[in-house]
Amino acid sequence: MSRKAALIALALLGAACPSAGEGTPGWAMLPGGQFRSALALADAPQGSPVARFVMMEMPVTNQQFLEFVRANPRWQRDRVPTALAEPRYLSHWDGPTRLGNRSLPDGPVVWVSWFAADAYCRAGGARLPTWSEWEYAAAADATRRDARSDPAWRERILEWYAEPSVAVLPAVGTDAPNAYGVRDLHGLVWEWVEDYSALLVSADNREQGDPDELRFCGAGAISASDRESYAVLMRVAMLSALEGANATANVGFRCARGP
Amino acid sequence: MTIRLAPLLAAILLFAGCGPGTGSTNADETGGSAKGELGPPQGEPIKAMLTSPPQVPPPTGRSKPAKVIVELEVVEKEMPISEGATYMFWTFGGTVPGSFIRVRQGDTIEFHLMNAPDSKMPHNIDLHGVTGPGGGAASSFTAPGHRSRFTFKALNAGLYVYHCATAPVGMHVANGMYGLILVEPPEGLAAVDREYYVMQGDFYTTGRYREKGHRAFDMEKAIDEHPTYVLFNGSEGSMTGDKALAAKTGEKVRLYVGNGGPNLVSSFHVIGEIFDRVWFEGGTRFQENVQTTLIPAGGAAMMEFHVEVPGSYILVDHSIFRAFNKGALASLKAEGPENKLIYSGKEVDEMYLGDRALPNLGAVAAAAAAAKTGELTVQQQIEAGKALFAGTCSTCHQPDGRGLEGVFPPLTKSDWFATDARRVPLAILQGIQGKVMVNGKEYNSVMPPMTHLTDDEVANIATYVLNSWGNPGGRITKAEVAAMRKNAVAAPAER
Repeated sequence: MSRKAALIALALLGAACPSAGEGTPGWAMLPGGQFRSALALADAPQGSPVARFVMMEMPVTNQQFLEFVRANPRWQRDRVPTALAEPRYLSHWDGPTRLGNRSLPDGPVVWVSWFAADAYCRAGGARLPTWSEWEYAAAADATRRDARSDPAWRERILEWYAEPSVAVLPAVGTDAPNAYGVRDLHGLVWEWVEDYSALLVSADNREQGDPDELRFCGAGAISASDRESYAVLMRVAMLSALEGANATANVGFRCARGP
Repeated sequence: MTIRLAPLLAAILLFAGCGPGTGSTNADETGGSAKGELGPPQGEPIKAMLTSPPQVPPPTGRSKPAKVIVELEVVEKEMPISEGATYMFWTFGGTVPGSFIRVRQGDTIEFHLMNAPDSKMPHNIDLHGVTGPGGGAASSFTAPGHRSRFTFKALNAGLYVYHCATAPVGMHVANGMYGLILVEPPEGLAAVDREYYVMQGDFYTTGRYREKGHRAFDMEKAIDEHPTYVLFNGSEGSMTGDKALAAKTGEKVRLYVGNGGPNLVSSFHVIGEIFDRVWFEGGTRFQENVQTTLIPAGGAAMMEFHVEVPGSYILVDHSIFRAFNKGALASLKAEGPENKLIYSGKEVDEMYLGDRALPNLGAVAAAAAAAKTGELTVQQQIEAGKALFAGTCSTCHQPDGRGLEGVFPPLTKSDWFATDARRVPLAILQGIQGKVMVNGKEYNSVMPPMTHLTDDEVANIATYVLNSWGNPGGRITKAEVAAMRKNAVAAPAER
């Protein structure tokens, strides 16, 4: 597709869906391309293509999610079935439709289940990013699209692991944008991804010598021993510990969609 | 008495029931896990009492198997690793090592692992005392804000390590996720006066040893097995000073010592004691009269000693640089009356040059000889002092006298003794404790009194320091040092 055609396509997209697209505030266009995942999938040692996609520049905030539950009361915490969101869903808010002092309006929303995150994105004509898309976007630093070989990139991720969890999360967007214009992929929250349940890590990852085929057929035999990628793989380990209805103090999300 | 009888009875019953072909050949053998099933749990379930290091829960005191409920919470928390340096520890029960668990062989343990809601990471637990794949790891993989439960029967008696086995395993262990579970043999353990829980671990942080501030995990150092710290109970000074382990003379002390690793093997030793008994590797048999016992990473040992003489007994990893340069030091303070028949303390302190008259200490010998004839020159003192400095002082103050910023004060152009040369020999004789300002920087380390140095050695070192590195010069004589030593405030008697 020529550049011009792409721009036209985007303009059309923008018209059809004002919430997403290049030039739309809050959303960034990521060109995609061949990408080698830290998961090093056995069937794709050279990497896999990631299609062009659009992603929210920042994680969804409490204020944004509040507007969503106001417009969709069935996702309010006192109405949602526990099969879709556990009892602690949005428990950091003062009320079902009130934030309060434990949740900044522009702080990232946490205590959300995968189902709720999925519903939020769908309501805006988008979806959750796939793990590949998320990982592709998160490989960048401020100047490079793939900064993963730089120890400084890894150190930044690890720094967050070494900080205590804070009671009230700070506002989104204080992080500098990466090469794609996306912020807060590291250092603020974990994020749900669309295919998180395919990230099947063995609950005892030392079983690697004796892989259970069923467990490992999904995202492959994850080896966290790689010096370069273990920091990212810890995110996979975290997601794999969760059920779709679970919510925790540090898991939030952002949305994505096709171009 | 019932405790004593029980095993005998059990042995007799066992023997009676043991027909030909059961494979039991050695009367000494416990039979391991195959004989560890002691019947169904009896009585009401018991909630296990967990203790923080260095404390050990009391003996179970039970003669029948029970159902024991263990509730252990994983907490990620920032704690000091050394003075002025903090680290993000991941813990079982809020401490490093984690809570001590004590059960009895044959008990059925219902294990609850809770992961605190504000944890960032999922965690699990592998108990080496579990018979079953993964030691419980796969059954206990727990997201933040969740609780997992699994049940196992403690079939083998012994002292076992538990640890987190979530990816990357090494990182979870290196962050402090390990502890001990004691499975008492059916007859229990013999009573002792004191029991303590000590666990060694190696830590890999960004920055240098004792560098101040918040320190993060360093994966490169961990893979290279170059620890920044090697510690007992998770922080430097965890069991020294006011927090030293306590005992009295005449008491029998039992230590439960584990090694969490992740990498190093410990050469565990208590300076000034001999272990009367060591249950090496935490197993059933003991060895007697042991100086140093090897504790593998992911292993443990029990040891007992009887305290005869009061004083401080220092626990070290006798891979000794770890003790004095990476923090693997703890102390047990024994109180009670002296027993000079067993240990006299220092009886003689006199000059002996002997094989010090080697080339590099030739200057020392020359100075000593010159002192005798009354012809000692300042230059001779400086040269002798230089040789002595290299052996004693340079470890901390560095061969070039520059010290280590923030840790060991510099002796170069030092404003601390510029106006009072006597401060140099006094510091050597009495040591320094507490804050000092040197060349505009604050230092707060401990310099021990160098009481092993003779008067003329102190005089020579002081003279060397005063005449080196831009210091004002001057001379300290042996007589002056002798007077200072005499007038020194009555320090605790050196043994």
